Amino acid sequence: MADQISVRIDGEYVPACAGQTILEVARASGKYIPTLCWLENIPAAGACRLCIVEVSGVARPLPACTTPVQDGMSVTTMSESLTRYRRTTVEFLLSERNHQCAVCVSNNHCELQAMAQRLGVTSVHYSYCWPKLPVDVSHPRFVLDHNRCILCTRCVRVCAEVEGARVWDVAGRGVRSMVVCDANRPWGESRNCTSCGKCVQVCPTGAMAEKGYAVEEMVKHDANVRRLAHRQGGHV
Amino acid sequence: MKKVRLATVWLDGCSGCHMSLLDMDEAILSVAKRADVVYGPLVDAQEFPKAVDVTVIEGAVSSQDDLEKVRTIRQRSKLVVALGDCAVTGNVPAMRNTTPPRKLLERIYVEGADAARGIPSDGVPALLRHAVPVHEVVRVDLHVPGCPPPAKAIAWVLGELCEGRMPDLKSKVKFG
Repeated sequence: MADQISVRIDGEYVPACAGQTILEVARASGKYIPTLCWLENIPAAGACRLCIVEVSGVARPLPACTTPVQDGMSVTTMSESLTRYRRTTVEFLLSERNHQCAVCVSNNHCELQAMAQRLGVTSVHYSYCWPKLPVDVSHPRFVLDHNRCILCTRCVRVCAEVEGARVWDVAGRGVRSMVVCDANRPWGESRNCTSCGKCVQVCPTGAMAEKGYAVEEMVKHDANVRRLAHRQGGHV
Repeated sequence: MKKVRLATVWLDGCSGCHMSLLDMDEAILSVAKRADVVYGPLVDAQEFPKAVDVTVIEGAVSSQDDLEKVRTIRQRSKLVVALGDCAVTGNVPAMRNTTPPRKLLERIYVEGADAARGIPSDGVPALLRHAVPVHEVVRVDLHVPGCPPPAKAIAWVLGELCEGRMPDLKSKVKFG
């Protein structure tokens, strides 16, 4: 390829083209970078900050999902400080809202829970916020539990880019940010929602679930969404 | 060899972690060989004893009584282990934290009661504003998350602690 550039990941030269992100290049070469908000073929948001990597010559870590590769770039995907930052990030996510894994529909099928385990998080060093958050059960088939939401915006992006309905958005700022439906109306009263359930299937936690499932029963099936996103691949 | 003085404590939890502890089958015999259980829900001792080597705490710190207990435990124990999600994260007992205790008690014992309405005050300790994980109150040396932590994990942790080693639980246990 004409625009092939020279990029090293963890000291190894890997095939890369201008315009690709660090994460795309790393994944194409079989290198693992942890992610929670990223979805293949959906525009990246850089929301979860788990994919941070070190780029030589840059003083601060950069998110791999939104940073384009450059010629001569040397990337480190795993180091002691990156692991520490990633653990801290997961601890922040756990402390910000109410994640009681034991009584969650997504217990044992949750990407946040699995990520905490993978990164070796056995406790949260920060004080929990215990915010009082609503649970939207107005939709006939689905539930939105803000207590479990990590604001990854997968629902927002999948609804806009794959389903084309643009039901979801994020309102508020900072710690008060919330996923909102149709400019802040109950999900059940949404005019744009097609009830396709794509948002539910890609939600990494128990924040969005189908109704009628008890603890541990909500297994997400995102294969169809991934296939549709792949078909659109890059045309979004 | 001198036996390890082991204590187990049940704070604001469902006792599931203690059940998981007892569920370790024959492994409990090897723990019994290495440790004396000097305090716990199944032990007669009323006072928390002095000079305990390892104290395993189940449950969140939820009341004034829990708070005093964990402070005493910390003073009298060489190692404090938070066992299970309630002790590690607050978990289910912490689900009340979004409502102030007064409002919560009124909802249950006044609005929700058919007979004998009134918030109980005699012989029950006052609730803290928040049910919190143990490490928010005292220093914790080891966290063993899980709801409950699997019996095998508890057996391994106790075995390692009895041998004087600090087990590295990273990625071996999970929340929930």
